[in-house]
Amino acid sequence: MTQAIFRDSDVDLRFKAKWWSSRALIYGLLILWTIVALFPIFWVITTSFKTAPDVMQGKIIPFLDYQPAWLGWRSLGLSPDTIGFGSTVRDQFLTRFSNSLVISLSASALATMLGSTTGYGLSRFGYKFGYMKNADISFFFISQLILPPVVLALPFLVFYRELALIDTHIGLILIYTLTVLPIVIWIMRDQFMSIPSELEEAAMVDGEGVWGAFFRIILPIALPGMIAAFVLSLVLTWNEYVFAVLLTAINTITLPVLVASQTGSNGINWWGMAAVSFAAILPLIIVAVLLERFIVRGMSAGAVK
Amino acid sequence: MSNGDLIHIVSYQEITERRRRLGHLIIRGSFAVLLLVLGAQVLQAVGVWGFGFKNWQLTGVAWVAWCVCLCVGQVLIRGEQGKRILFVLPAALFVVSLTVIPLLLGIGIAFTDWNLSSFEGPKFAGLGNIERMLQDSFYWNALRNMVFYTAGVLVEYAIAFGLALLLSAQIRARRFFRVAFLLPLMLSPVAVGWMIGKSMLEFRFGPISNLARLLGWQEPAFFAASPDIARVSMELLDAWIFIPFIMIMLLAGLQALPTEVIEAARVDGASAWQTFRKVIFPLMLPVSLTAIIVRIIFKLKLADIVITITAGGPGGATDTVTSFIFREYKDRSNVGYGTLLALFYLIVIVIGLTGLIRGLSRWMRPYS
Repeated sequence: MTQAIFRDSDVDLRFKAKWWSSRALIYGLLILWTIVALFPIFWVITTSFKTAPDVMQGKIIPFLDYQPAWLGWRSLGLSPDTIGFGSTVRDQFLTRFSNSLVISLSASALATMLGSTTGYGLSRFGYKFGYMKNADISFFFISQLILPPVVLALPFLVFYRELALIDTHIGLILIYTLTVLPIVIWIMRDQFMSIPSELEEAAMVDGEGVWGAFFRIILPIALPGMIAAFVLSLVLTWNEYVFAVLLTAINTITLPVLVASQTGSNGINWWGMAAVSFAAILPLIIVAVLLERFIVRGMSAGAVK
Repeated sequence: MSNGDLIHIVSYQEITERRRRLGHLIIRGSFAVLLLVLGAQVLQAVGVWGFGFKNWQLTGVAWVAWCVCLCVGQVLIRGEQGKRILFVLPAALFVVSLTVIPLLLGIGIAFTDWNLSSFEGPKFAGLGNIERMLQDSFYWNALRNMVFYTAGVLVEYAIAFGLALLLSAQIRARRFFRVAFLLPLMLSPVAVGWMIGKSMLEFRFGPISNLARLLGWQEPAFFAASPDIARVSMELLDAWIFIPFIMIMLLAGLQALPTEVIEAARVDGASAWQTFRKVIFPLMLPVSLTAIIVRIIFKLKLADIVITITAGGPGGATDTVTSFIFREYKDRSNVGYGTLLALFYLIVIVIGLTGLIRGLSRWMRPYS
């Protein structure tokens, strides 16, 4: 008659096994996709330290498979033994790098400024421009997103040639600002709509003007959204290729153009290419690791309503 | 003007007649200067009078000056209302200056035969470019490829949904995995094109080719031999870059889901699959559609990796419209024809996307 009351029933045991197997499956998949996502980056870093035979034999793990050398970085003039001496390749590379930096930072800053004020205006005031009301104006701005770059690229070639803006920093900054502005407005409008307008009303009762309230009260609250918009713009402008290659000639060549121009010439210098590519992707890897929160925030704006 | 304002302010501000007149003067004056400069340049362009302009820069400067005066004038004339207009006006002028004018210019260019590298100017070609486009099998091939690439978005969406579900499960080191999954999106597509497309898929020593051999594919030629394999490889590479984009949007949607509903489903004894199929997926539908549409918009711009890896080959199998027009210009410097192709593409996109969005919103809300 006696029967153990407290024991793991078969159902519970089965449950435990199921739990462990689902854990294993989840982490297995996570690790698998981590490898898929990170291996190419690992590959480009290690290739920049390979010598010709290492590349040709498809060696993978440094120190174990092969002895790393500074080959790729030497060809850029950035290895320890060449860094002290003058190098035209390095100067050229650094010019491209600073071009990319100046252009993407300025364009992102300009777009964030223009986009924030516009997003704020559209979220707070009722405009009427002809038959266009707020919803139409927002649509006008955001619909620019669907313009494929080629549609603008060729007319811009002609347009910029006549305005003497080809191969200038300003020219690229303007067009990059234009291409990221819809995204910034989208993010910022969303951001401002989530801030209650009583805040400005209180500030205005205290004697602030519209712009005073905007700068002193609203902008500090909307700062995370602005950073998100800025970082997203930075990613898009830093990596842009089509406009950069069409609208630059000598002075304002950016890093993607430099990377692309290396592929064909004089056989393939695998290690040098890897070094250039790595230098082109490294800044954004750092940005992604440090500011991941903001990037996620920017991309999810508008997704959740 | 004050309809629909969220902030209601009653401000008493008298705008003097002098101030208003000054505002009008600034706007009209700068506009007159703009017309004058434009007129002078047009006269020179037509060949009536030589003023010695090298280019149209002066007109550009006059245009910018007019835009600035327009903004300042708004505040002078309308006071408080003008300050509100100032929030939107600069961006509006910026966009109009840089899209509407080039687009109008583009429509003009599209009907010319214009080789930018030769010294001859544009020649009016009438409908010649359209005729040529209708017979250009490579262009239509590129458009067909775009349909394939766009269809690939659904596969990307499925994978991204899976990853988003993984990331929203109870896991440790969530931030690490999120950053790792996000990284491909951060990388320059040109560099990705090189490091994966050229190096990792290299026939002799690329690690992925070696893996493919290990799995029994003796001749792993991703971009060289078969057009179908090349197209699929290109799509996979683009998917690798952009899956994080869809994933992040879906992840945000998953985190905003009401937990009560899911718990209720569990209590009612729904299995994990049933919960997903009947509860999570329907609730995620709006977010999913936004993500897919935004992704399609980006997909329609696909070019950089194609230009870097295959330049459209083999035989146009991987070509996108953008990369085709890009080469059309790079190889033949033909701005007129290229612009026509681009404008036609724009029309196709606008019609296609509008139809898609209309159809989807009707499907989502059949009774409204």
